[in-house]
Order: sequence, then structure tokens, then C-alpha cells
Amino acid sequence: MPGGNVLLEARGIVKSFGGLAANDRIDLTVHAGEIHALLGENGAGKSTLVKILYGSLQPDAGSVSWEGRPAAVGNPAEARALGIGMVFQHFSLFEGLTVAENIALALPPDEAGSGLAANVRSVSESYGLPLDPAARVASLPVGVRQRIEIVRCLLQRPRLLIMDEPTSVLTPQEAERLFETLRRLAGEGCAVLYISHRLEEVRQLCHSATVLRHGRVVGRPDPKTASMADLARLMVGADVEGAGSREGEPAAAGPVRLAVRGLSLEADTPFGVSLEDISLEVRGGEIVGVAGVAGNGQDELFAALSGETPAFDDDAVEIDGRACGRMGPRWRRRLGAAFIPEERLGHAAVPAMRLSENAVLTRHGTDPELATGGLLHLSQARGLARRIVERFDVRAPEGDPEAGALSGGNLQKFVVGRELDRRPGVLAVSQPTWGVDIGAATEIRRELAALARDGAAVLAISQDLDEILEISDRIAVISRGRLSPAVPTGDTSREAIGLLMGGAGD
Amino acid sequence: MTGFEAVVLTIVTAATPLLIAALGELVTERSGVLNLGVEGMMIVGAVTGFAGAQLTGSPYLGVIAAMAGGMALSSLFGFLVLRLAANQVASGLALTLLGLGLSGMIGEAFIGQPGLKLERIDIPFLTDLPVVGTILFGQDPLVYASVTLAVCVSRFLFRTRAGLALRAVGNNHASAHMLGVHVIRTRFLAVLFGGACSGLAGGYLSLAYTPQWVEGMTAGRGWIALALVVFASWMPLRAAVGAYLFGGALILQFHAQAEGIPLPSQFLSALPYIATVAALVILSRDRWTARNDSPSCLGQVFVPDR
Repeated sequence: MPGGNVLLEARGIVKSFGGLAANDRIDLTVHAGEIHALLGENGAGKSTLVKILYGSLQPDAGSVSWEGRPAAVGNPAEARALGIGMVFQHFSLFEGLTVAENIALALPPDEAGSGLAANVRSVSESYGLPLDPAARVASLPVGVRQRIEIVRCLLQRPRLLIMDEPTSVLTPQEAERLFETLRRLAGEGCAVLYISHRLEEVRQLCHSATVLRHGRVVGRPDPKTASMADLARLMVGADVEGAGSREGEPAAAGPVRLAVRGLSLEADTPFGVSLEDISLEVRGGEIVGVAGVAGNGQDELFAALSGETPAFDDDAVEIDGRACGRMGPRWRRRLGAAFIPEERLGHAAVPAMRLSENAVLTRHGTDPELATGGLLHLSQARGLARRIVERFDVRAPEGDPEAGALSGGNLQKFVVGRELDRRPGVLAVSQPTWGVDIGAATEIRRELAALARDGAAVLAISQDLDEILEISDRIAVISRGRLSPAVPTGDTSREAIGLLMGGAGD
Repeated sequence: MTGFEAVVLTIVTAATPLLIAALGELVTERSGVLNLGVEGMMIVGAVTGFAGAQLTGSPYLGVIAAMAGGMALSSLFGFLVLRLAANQVASGLALTLLGLGLSGMIGEAFIGQPGLKLERIDIPFLTDLPVVGTILFGQDPLVYASVTLAVCVSRFLFRTRAGLALRAVGNNHASAHMLGVHVIRTRFLAVLFGGACSGLAGGYLSLAYTPQWVEGMTAGRGWIALALVVFASWMPLRAAVGAYLFGGALILQFHAQAEGIPLPSQFLSALPYIATVAALVILSRDRWTARNDSPSCLGQVFVPDR
């Protein structure tokens, strides 16, 4: 429990990127043996702050002290020498290397010798995080990869462990196991700085909290006593609609508009997932959510739905009663379907192209006013881009900026808006609010619900279980390329879904 | 010397420059830098090596001059792509053009001069052994150096911490930076090593293979070395197999043409390329491992975010 000595103290940390203050005079105190939450929306400055603490960024102003003595952390190696370990949000592992090699890179040379494999095995087992030192990272699932990162930190015997959104890729059961490990570490006197935007988790796990908004500290609530609404209000600076915000009753289920029948696809890359006998029906007026841990076939399923990976059999996918399993994306769009992939940059949008050009990319086949006879009508495209920007409240630079100039959340609103603007009859969307702040996420979910209410069939693939539970009428779970039957949201529970996510349905 | 010995000796001398250049490029690429300027660095190494030997009177100093020439050119490349974050493909192609032009200019004074030759070693008794004597104990020193180098590079990459750091930089430069590995420094050293090897390979041509300076004498060997790296899936010992295979096929088809084998000469000329590609494709046919071994950051610019 807190009450240990002050371990790390940051005073007046300032860091700006091109005039934008990512951190504006931030103070942070972490005690030995406490689990300290760092809360905030995307872009609030959490990642910048921990990168400064870990030495991979240098602050413009401010000071850091470690156990009461001033410490200038010039680079990550110095941070590790002090006893600061970090588990990154986007894994920092080397896929082409083995588990042991990955760990050796982070250790001082004298500890990375021949005894390392045995050491990895014993430490990982003593914390209940079993690992095979000789396995190649590329062949391991995400949950295991995170274990590697954690064990890598533990081998350095850290005094402060920084974790950046560790549970975003874990099943609830895996997350629970992680919490046990963290509690045990805290009990041994290690401090944990825990970054998350999952408020429930923070309330369960953390002893103290610091909330950031727009680069500033806006509060230090006690997570044990503060309510979810209190924390959320601090984070976004306004009241947010909580979970379960689906307005009105779902429309009476309409006809089947999207059907997948016995779809099987071999993985075409070494690390891909093969889809096995997937069947699913989505009716007009409903949202079907597909839950699952990353890397269980979501990308492959999405590609099969959008036509990026055509099936071998025309009947495998049906849109509004038309068999289209072998059609490519443009032909499926002409049947009234729309697709929003997970990756905004490089998949849903081309960063170096203007918004108007990006608008054309998915719509030239369906909107004759944008393209006729192979020629583009760019003024129409600019008008369309403007309409999307206005209607979906996309905050973008003036004029017709390149997609890469938009922040992640705004670009997501744009790519979602681009498809919704067409009023599609069938929508497949993957990770609709990934990396988007609460405000924008709420808007996007509301738009999806509105689309379904108007009679469209919506299939939403997401790794965010809260999101799935909030927006879906029925929920299916994908695990190792197999899809469980979709059940009404009211008839299932978080635990049941978690078990299926963990592969219990296999 | 028997005919068999002569054939094996020519195979070895044909393979050695390819092997040396390929090993250098392999290390460079393992660090994530694609240097398409191998041909340019080789030809500059060839001319500086020849010039160095002529001016000092020692082929060994010539070898050092060859390495220095290759390194000088590669340091220019390193500055462009690592400090200025220039495009690696364009810079590498420019380096080849620069090297070809520069070598012609430097070499003008040396055209037609008889060169100094790196002598084959001669160990009394051992070299005189029948059949294997000359082949095993009668090569020039760089042949032994190149084989040793292949083993050393392999040990370095897979058995040392510095080698692990180098592979890590090539595999995921952002993470390597996060872990405190000096990405730019590591890459610069790897580029310099590649330059030294290319220069040495060029020097081998003008000091051992055909001791003279002829403009454009590398004749595309730099490109073959580049291809060997890829087909060897970035494994040093496989690169050695590939280099010897290519050298072997090259020499054998010469002999086949001389013998008047009734096959179109174009086919015979293409044979070394076909044989090498086929053999290395079979060696790295397991695409899972092939993909794992390829440096994922190859050709990507790294700019540290601070």
C-alpha cells in the first residue's frame, strides 16, 4: 500500500512538439510500493510523460528526482540503471529474434550470458508468466508477447515499473492474472505507474491516480473512492454518456442483409490466421459485434467480408441476397456495402493524399458524380470531403489537407463519415474507435447505432469488450479463426465472452 | 599443375570477390540499411587498391588502400542516408554511378600499367601435396581471409552481443532505440564495414584476379553480390555457398563453351545465374524462416524522436 518512501518525483515537466504543449508543467510523485494510475484521453500527454521518465525523450524544462536526488535520465539505459522498467503499449519486441535474445538486449552484458535461458524460465514461472526462451517472437500470440516484455522488465529487478495500456490486448482472464502479478510486485515494494483509459481497471487495481488533460494535471483523485463518472469527467472535462447509451429500442429485426456461410480460408502469410467454417447472419436494423483478442482472425475475417481476400465460393458471402464471395471490394460496394478497416493510415486512408482524394478512393465505383468514364471530378470530390468534414465534426486544417495531417481521432471520424455518408445497407467495421478519445468514440458509436436504426446491417469487429457490449445487439466471439454463434447481448455476460475469447469454445 | 587444379583455382578466385562483397553488404543489410552502391564501392576499391600498390610498391598496402577507398565512399553514403535521412535506394544507385565515374578519373594514369600481384602462398611440402596441395595450401592470402571472414561474420551476428544489437537495429529500429541501442551509430559502423568489404573485393580484382587496372573491371559483380545476400536470406554461410556455386558455374560454363558442348552459348552464359538462384531458393525454401531472417527495417529511414 502507499505510504512507502517517495521514489520518483517529477516537477514542472514541459515538453512541446512544434508549438503544441504535450506536457505543460506536470508534477508527478510516485511512492515505493504503490500502483499509481496515469489517466487521460488520447493526446493528453501520458505517453510523452512516461517517455521522458524513461529517458527516451528529453523534457524542455522541469526536473526529475529519484529517491530524493536529482536525476537526469539521458537515455533508456540510464533509466534502467536507476531501476526504471517499462512495458510499452505498442510492443517493443523484435519479431525476428527469439525470446531470450529479446530479453538479452535489455539486460547489462554480464547478465545476458549463458545462464540467461534458465533465468528467464525461473523468473517467468515464479511470477506465473511461463515463457519458452528459444521461441521466436514472430510465432507467439500477443498475450505471450506481453509476458515477454514484463519478464524482461522483471529480470532487471525494477524499482519502478511503467506500464502503458497493458490490458488493451488481453482477455479479461489474462488481465486478471496481470493484476495479480502487479499486486504482488507492489507488495514487494516495487512501484507501478499504470497508464490506462479503462476506468474500471484503475479503480480495481490502483492506489492513487493522476489525471492529465491537454498536457496538464487536472486532478489527483483517489481511485478507490472516486466513481467511474468522476474519473471520466476529470479526463474529458465534461460529462460523458456512460455505457449503454444506445438510444431507443433496436428496430425490429429486418431481413438478413449480410450472410457468411461456411467460410474457410487458409492463411496466406506465415503469421496469419486461417478462418475455419465461419457462419454468421446480420439482419437489417441490428449491430452484431465480433469480440476477440487481437490476432485471432479479425483481420482475415474483415478482408473476407470486404473482398480484399475473395473466397473460393461465391455463396460464402451474401450481401442483400446476392452471392458475392468471389467479388472484389468495389463490386461489393456496388451492392450497397461499405467497409471501414482497422488501420486508418495506409489501409482506410492514404496519408499523403488529400481528403478529397481519399474520399474518391472508396467511392469512385459507387458515386457516378465522382468519376465517369475513368475521369475524376475533383471539384465534386472536394465538395464531398467538405460535407463529410462538416457533418461528422472532423477537426482538420483549412482547405483540403492531406489525410496524414489529421490527428488519429479526426481521421477516424473522416473515414467513418466517408462510408456512413453513403447510407450503406451493409457496413463492416473493424475497431471503429481504436485510439480515439472518449468524445469522438461516443460520436462514432452513436452514428453506427443510427445507421442500424435506419435499417442497415452493421458488423462491428472490436477488441474493446466494453465497446462491443455497449453497441451490439448480438455478440459473437472470434478465437483462432473460429467464430462462436452470435447471442443476444442481454443473454451473455462479460465472463462468458471472456472465456470464449480465451478459446474455451474450441 | 593439373587441369583439375587449374579449374578449382579459377573457381576459387572467381568466388572470392563475390563472397567478400556479399558479406559486407549482408552486415549492412542486417543493420537495416540497403546500400545499392556495392558496385560503385567495389570499382573504387579496385582503383585505389591498384594505385596504392603502384605508389607504395606493396600489394599489401594496396589491399589496405582498397578497403580505405571503399570505406570513404560508404561514409559518404552513410552521411547521406543516416545523417540526412536521404532515400537509400536513390543514394545507393547514385553511389554506383559516382564510383564508376570517380574510378575512371583516378585510374586514368594507371591504364596499361603492369600491376603488382598478391602472391599465392607457398608452404613447402604442404603446397606440394598431390591434388589438394595447391587447392588447400596454395591460394592467395585473401582467399583464406574471405573464408575466415564468413565464419567470423556468422559468429559475430549470432553469438555476440554486438551482433545481436545489430540484428535488433535491423529488425525494429524504434524498439532498439527505446532500449538504448545507438541506432545511427550501429548502422554507420555497419555501412563502413560494408564499404571496407566492397573495397576489398574490388581490390581483389585488381591485385589478385587480374593484376591491372581496366575501367569498369568489376563488370557487374557488385550487383551479383547484392543478389547473393537476398538469396542467401541474410545468412553468411549460405552466402559463401552461393558465391562458390556461382563461381563454379561461371568457370564450368567457360570450359563447357571451350569444349564445344552443343548448347546455345547464351544458355551457358546464363547458367551460373540460373544455378545460383535455383540453389539458393532451395536452400531458403522454407518461407517462414526466410521471412523471419529478413531485416524488417531494411531500407527504412530512422529519425530519433527527440
